[in-house]
Amino acid sequence: MIPGPFSYHRPATLAEAVNLLSTLGDEARPLAGGHSLVPMMKLRLASPEHLVDLHGVAGLKGIQRRGDKIVIGAMTTQHELLASDDIGKSLPILHETALLIADPQVRYRGTIGGNVANGDPGNDMPALMMVLSASYRLEGKSGAREVAANEFYQGAYFTALEPGELLTSISIPLPAAGHGYAYEKLKRKVGDYATAAAAVVLTMAGGKVATCKIGLTNLSETPLLAEDAAKAVIGTSLDPATLKQAAAAAEAIMSPAADARGPVEYRKHIGGIMVTRALQRAAGRAG
Amino acid sequence: MAKTHVTMKVNGVEVEGLVEPRTLLVHFIRENLSLTGTHIGCETTHCGACTVDIDGMSVKSCTMFAVQAQGSEIMTIEGVANADGSLSALQEGFRMTHGLQCGFCTPGMILRAQRLLKENPRPSEEEIRMGISGNFCRCTGYQNIVKAIQYAAAKINGDEFKEAAE
Repeated sequence: MIPGPFSYHRPATLAEAVNLLSTLGDEARPLAGGHSLVPMMKLRLASPEHLVDLHGVAGLKGIQRRGDKIVIGAMTTQHELLASDDIGKSLPILHETALLIADPQVRYRGTIGGNVANGDPGNDMPALMMVLSASYRLEGKSGAREVAANEFYQGAYFTALEPGELLTSISIPLPAAGHGYAYEKLKRKVGDYATAAAAVVLTMAGGKVATCKIGLTNLSETPLLAEDAAKAVIGTSLDPATLKQAAAAAEAIMSPAADARGPVEYRKHIGGIMVTRALQRAAGRAG
Repeated sequence: MAKTHVTMKVNGVEVEGLVEPRTLLVHFIRENLSLTGTHIGCETTHCGACTVDIDGMSVKSCTMFAVQAQGSEIMTIEGVANADGSLSALQEGFRMTHGLQCGFCTPGMILRAQRLLKENPRPSEEEIRMGISGNFCRCTGYQNIVKAIQYAAAKINGDEFKEAAE
């Protein structure tokens, strides 16, 4: 399996990369970790004429604290996220999720920027970014703009990215100290996309849920925020009736595709179970 | 398509070649360098038979272009043995514990396990299994591969290798 021919570009600066992408137009694709794009190219499901490799661009990697936010460069790999103590302490849900993405080799190459910018409904980080109220910095020829993760995803592989724009970093507000979190993902095997997955970040006060956000992966064409489900648990102690109600509210907004992972009804059912488990585990971790 | 000149260090030796941008690293290693110990299994980034070590990372060389490895340091199975030609701890472990049957996955397993043990010299059985979860073996059921890695870890750490009771 050999990809179609293409020209290879390795810019050293962001300005050069953006310039290349806007000059070369639709036939050019940025190359980050390449573990979604290169397999597609080998299957000839993608055959860009130009690849703009971002590995040479300075300043796209790294994890920084800026005030009450953590800013992660787009080319930071899943492996680097896992190696970061700062992420482990302040955003442990990123560690939990990164460990469920693909396998060790893929995590050495796969980047968080690629994961969130790709627009594949199976990517795990986007639902998390919605739950964490993250925003993405998009840079193009006409300048930079910030787009909330909540407003970024428009359809499968359709995002707010304009032609020639690159997602350069992700900014995540630090969650409250003592927050509870969980990412529950059912997959058929290591390396598979989720049959269904749910991300939960919540805080508890006096044994009751004070704040809660729930995100869903691979249960629609885009990641989803399950707002009604989250509302249903506020002020409760996550008793069985509430959990059932939250799962039902989440299932009501799911519209997964029927595929090798199962028929629609099954995937929605599993989606509800993932929501229930994530809520329970997150509550158990909340301080 | 114009070819690009690439240079890299493979198993300690400077190598060079002319490649099309679309040439996958595994093809460059096998066909240009004639190092055929790196295997092509699934070609779809799943099986890990093509795993090599690049600049301290385990990478599936079927999912990276040779042009991307410009200037890198790479180790393949041909570079794993000790300088005097004796088997490395991992190679010895695979031999002693019957960590292979057909042997097709072994180069990828050994390269991956070598990086795993560098990052985590005393992995638990669970950590070994997660550490090689990107490498498929269709013969052994993994049991003896895990033992081989435990054998190598013990040898590298100077510990006694004890087989877990089954």
